[in-house]
Amino acid sequence: MGTSILSHQRGSRLFFTATWIFLAIAAAAILLPFVWMVLTSFKPESDVFAYPPRLWPNIWTLENYTDIWQQIPMLRFFINSVVFAGSVTIISLFLDSLAAYAFSRLKFPGRDILFLFVLIALMLPFQVTFIPVYVTVQSMGLLNSFAGLIIPRATNAFGIFMLRQFFNGIPHELDDAARIDGATEFYIYSRVILPLSGPALATLAVFHFMYNWNDFLWPLLITKTTEMRNLPAGLALFMGQHNIEYGLIMAGATLALLPLFIAFLFAQKYFVQSIVMTGLKE
Amino acid sequence: MMDNIQVQASVSQSRRLPLSVRIRRALSHPPTRQGLTFLFPSLVILGVFVFWPIIQSLLLSLQRWRFGSSEVTWVGLDNYARMLADERVWGALQNTVYYTLVVVPVGLLLSLLFALALNEKLRGRVVFRAIYFLPVIASFAIVAIVWRFLLNPDIGLLAYWFKLVGIPTRNWLRDARYAMPAVMMVSIWKNVGFNMVILLAGLQSIPEVYYEAAKVDGANRWRRFRSVTMPLLRPTWIFVLIISVISSFQVFDQVWVMTPRGGPLFSTETMVTYIYYQGIELMDISYAAGIGVMLFIIVFILTLIQLRLLRFRDMD
Repeated sequence: MGTSILSHQRGSRLFFTATWIFLAIAAAAILLPFVWMVLTSFKPESDVFAYPPRLWPNIWTLENYTDIWQQIPMLRFFINSVVFAGSVTIISLFLDSLAAYAFSRLKFPGRDILFLFVLIALMLPFQVTFIPVYVTVQSMGLLNSFAGLIIPRATNAFGIFMLRQFFNGIPHELDDAARIDGATEFYIYSRVILPLSGPALATLAVFHFMYNWNDFLWPLLITKTTEMRNLPAGLALFMGQHNIEYGLIMAGATLALLPLFIAFLFAQKYFVQSIVMTGLKE
Repeated sequence: MMDNIQVQASVSQSRRLPLSVRIRRALSHPPTRQGLTFLFPSLVILGVFVFWPIIQSLLLSLQRWRFGSSEVTWVGLDNYARMLADERVWGALQNTVYYTLVVVPVGLLLSLLFALALNEKLRGRVVFRAIYFLPVIASFAIVAIVWRFLLNPDIGLLAYWFKLVGIPTRNWLRDARYAMPAVMMVSIWKNVGFNMVILLAGLQSIPEVYYEAAKVDGANRWRRFRSVTMPLLRPTWIFVLIISVISSFQVFDQVWVMTPRGGPLFSTETMVTYIYYQGIELMDISYAAGIGVMLFIIVFILTLIQLRLLRFRDMD
């Protein structure tokens, strides 16, 4: 009896160590391109093409980081990216959750057909419809404006689908109790369902922000002037002009990645908060 | 319950009434009004910027129209007939299926492994989670440039390291046999953190009580995984599976940036890169729209099959 408990414990420790080693190797492999990217951004151009190639810079320089602000309007691109990605995230989170609430909690004729339409929207590649979308935005006179960039993105089929799945996991007893007490549907949505969906909302917020921050094709289509470009579109322009200056490109890439990384680190604690939901699920 | 039966009864009675009266009745029904109020903003935006363009794409696929030209002719199913005879369409479909069959299972398995491991109370799991998510938050345009440099046999660090340990290096992205596997590897590397985060959120919402009950019953780790984790994680992994298959069929960015215009001998030409090539590079919008409609139908049928096979109970 005693030995079996001991061997069970030993097996458990071995399991944890093996898991940890597996995770560490995977982490190193996943991280390598980023390490290379960041270190290259501190290399002078001669160092980038040195053979044999080395991960670590021979000479450290901040030249790439000072040069990039003079070469392109980085600050302008930065502000545009913040306005575009930030607005889309906030508006879409609100509208997605409203729609998801209707699909998860309200019963009315035609609901399932409407939900099927949302799934259809999810299945259509953007690359198929972007010419008609462009013509529509143009006919509204919204080309080269923030409204033209943001409004078509103000709701999102993926977000509606994902939030509906999470809402369906929240026990109905909670909102039924509120309904018996005479609460309106909007009250239940904002005071019962949303507070319980923190982890799902934080996850979706990161997805929305990330997708729009990195988006390249859409801003390139809708914006015409350099002052309206976001970071990826602006950097792409820059890559076209400076095809071989890898140090500069990697400095721009590092600067573009930094805000997203910080945003993710902040949202991470909400993922963990999904444990809060645990106590409520029966 | 009673309410529902009454509504159904009144709906069947009102079949013969004029449509306008029926719509007015439906709108005076409070749950319908509430439902539509919640859905209204999303429906308007999806209607104008998704469904209207879908209809336009359908119409375009029955026409012949080059972007910028004022000449539009109705050609019936000509674009579809052309597609059947177009070898590049079939090649693109084959490559897309090949890509999906590798990237979806391997990616899902890896992300499930990572999620399960990170769900344990391990030292440094917050750091691991952040590292695995890092590729997801990077822009594909930049990621592709980094990988192209790293894999370059003349100057790339990774290619050099491969050489040092005796792995034969070649220009993977320019070799018809290796270009697709290289793109697949980068795709998996890029997306594994995305699926992991969703699976992890699902894992963390499984009540601890179930595991404790299973432990009391003497279930070992594998048994607890099979009897508690997998069944309760089901809605989450079905969601991840469906999203992965859809996005694999729509793969574009990484393929286009790493191996533009179909890659070596069109070995990395996928459905959407071919649509982009026809629509944007050649400006043959109507033919591109036709291929888009075909891709859409394929993805739609695949999703329905998946939902049916997996008996997706949440659907009704």
